[in-house]
Amino acid sequence: MRLAAIFLAASSLMGAGAAYAQVPVKIGVLNDQSGLYADLGGQGSVWAAKKAVEDFGAAAKGLKVEVIFADHQNKADVGTSVARQWYDVDGVDAIFDTPNSGVALAVSGVTKEKNKVFINSGAASSDLTGKACTPNTVHWTYDTWALANGTGRAIVKTGGDTWFFLTADYAFGHALERDTEAVVLANGGKVAGKVRVPLNNADFSSFLLQAQSSKAKIIGLANAGGDTINSIKQAAEYGIVEGGQKLAGLLIFLTDVHSLGLKVAQGLNLTSAWYWDMTDANRKFADAFAAANGGKRPTMVQAGVYSGVTHYLKAVEALKSAKDGAAVVAKMKEIPTDDPLFGKGEVRADGRHIHPMFLFEVKKPSESKGPYDYYTLKATIPANEAFRPIGEGDCPLVKKG
Amino acid sequence: MFELLGIPPQALFGQLLLGLINGAFYAMLSLGLAVIFGLLNVINFTHGAQYMMGAFGAWMLLNYAGIPFWGALVLSPIVVAIIGMAIERTLLKRLYHLDHLYGLLLTFGLALIIEGLFRRQYGSSGLPYNNPLPGGTNLGFMFLPNYRAFVVVASLVVCIATWYVIERTKLGSYLRAATERPDLVQAFGIDVPRMITLTYGFGVGLAALAGVLAAPAYQVSPTMGSNLIIVVFAVVVIGGMGSIMGAIVTGFGLGIVEGLTKVFYPEASSTVIFVIMAIVLMVKPAGLFGTAK
Repeated sequence: MRLAAIFLAASSLMGAGAAYAQVPVKIGVLNDQSGLYADLGGQGSVWAAKKAVEDFGAAAKGLKVEVIFADHQNKADVGTSVARQWYDVDGVDAIFDTPNSGVALAVSGVTKEKNKVFINSGAASSDLTGKACTPNTVHWTYDTWALANGTGRAIVKTGGDTWFFLTADYAFGHALERDTEAVVLANGGKVAGKVRVPLNNADFSSFLLQAQSSKAKIIGLANAGGDTINSIKQAAEYGIVEGGQKLAGLLIFLTDVHSLGLKVAQGLNLTSAWYWDMTDANRKFADAFAAANGGKRPTMVQAGVYSGVTHYLKAVEALKSAKDGAAVVAKMKEIPTDDPLFGKGEVRADGRHIHPMFLFEVKKPSESKGPYDYYTLKATIPANEAFRPIGEGDCPLVKKG
Repeated sequence: MFELLGIPPQALFGQLLLGLINGAFYAMLSLGLAVIFGLLNVINFTHGAQYMMGAFGAWMLLNYAGIPFWGALVLSPIVVAIIGMAIERTLLKRLYHLDHLYGLLLTFGLALIIEGLFRRQYGSSGLPYNNPLPGGTNLGFMFLPNYRAFVVVASLVVCIATWYVIERTKLGSYLRAATERPDLVQAFGIDVPRMITLTYGFGVGLAALAGVLAAPAYQVSPTMGSNLIIVVFAVVVIGGMGSIMGAIVTGFGLGIVEGLTKVFYPEASSTVIFVIMAIVLMVKPAGLFGTAK
């Protein structure tokens, strides 16, 4: 009888404890804080993660969320050692952002090994949800297949049927080139040549000259950040566009256009998952972002971090625990996505977040009302066409049927 | 039409010329480093940051004061040189009697601080700077932008003038003497510390000038210097530390080698200079134009 009373008292105490204990969640934003991708992610992504936690009302929902960040310096070895340290020692439950496909693929591997969660916004390689997919990784914002499908197809359809690629010589560039080449060939185009350029190259004149002598109608820039900026700037100098060839920037961020200036960037077509000046919710987010980040407007990567963190927290809230990474990701795939920035969508079995993509054209200087008023919407690619069909990615998680 | 290793000769001429243009930047930067090392015995790791400051100087003069490129070409290097001289007077001066390593660490630390400050203020993706000489000439084998032609000529003039002043004038002879025996030169009534300060200022000014020249061609960004500085150090090592002519000739030469690599095996274009450096260090450790001390 006494024993039973003790058990009863103990279990009621434990029950009370569970009701009041907050579920601890530790989020690590791992990205480039100092190099060529620092503006498109960097501290802005950290801010977006914190803002998502705040807007989610995590504390009121019983989650005790902490956000930390680190610089991976665009080096896969630095990225993996930070990820290991975070998972093993610091108790991080999920890593966010991580631009640079080379680093992202490495971190995805570590995350699977430790059974944590990796929600990528900044990296592009479609391999993250293709042959390198894992039960612990979600790819949130965009990928090389979606970019190729957006910009590449639009250009081939309007007559740009011979291509020369300037490709950044690492995982991202290779994936972007491969996916775009497939789109070009599938739409009846040809590839006249390609050149692999080391990452962070300052002078593109030699490569542009090779592209010029190929006589291809379109010079496809399968690179990003500072490399894209320098290629476009120098193409103007070498009279590439006057010579009748067109540039296709396959991955262009808002910060790149800002950095180039509209005079050089005008007329470029680009594919993006998100633009700040499209809806009231986006503008509200952008205003808050600008107030906290020296007047800058957020990129799709930073918006993607916000959206990804929001959905992640929903899954953790439903499970009341962040500890089993695979279970959290499974929950994320189970509940539909819905947030102010990316709207309604879903996370597919291969880890791909599905949402519409947009084809934009960069405004002329005369059309722009001021800094960051840069894009005109040309077309919306509906969610069910924007990403690679699930059966074509060779993701081992997807049963071929 | 004959072809050389699969590349038509026109394309090859074009690539040689492009190599020369890139070599012009290497030459001007390594020249400044060589002058500073030759006369101060300081390995100036801030050089990349000073190059970046030159480019930002041009951008700031344009955007805050409305001074166009040609004015910035003169003003920006002077301002950066003055900042450099202040650094020499207040910090570097204290390290001359210590090992090279201390100067290297100080300048490296300064470079990181300067870059960090600029990144904090202006972000990492860079700022636009318009080309002051748009248009170009069709040479038959390639389209040569006017601005690039100007860069090569300007850089050649600056390099040769510097070499002439140091090797062929009385002022240059004082400088060279002061590096050998500062005490003796001081005894002849020449103000050696002031000369050293001015020399450092000149070397820094050269870096800033290269930065202004780079602004319209590349992106004005806080990291533009750190990407370049390692290559430039390799150029200086290959040419021979402290050798003025060596710095100029290897600067242009390696620009051409790198340009050709971009045609034949582009993947290696960012490493070819370091491969050459390793070979030179094995065969001739003092560098191609250096003399073993």
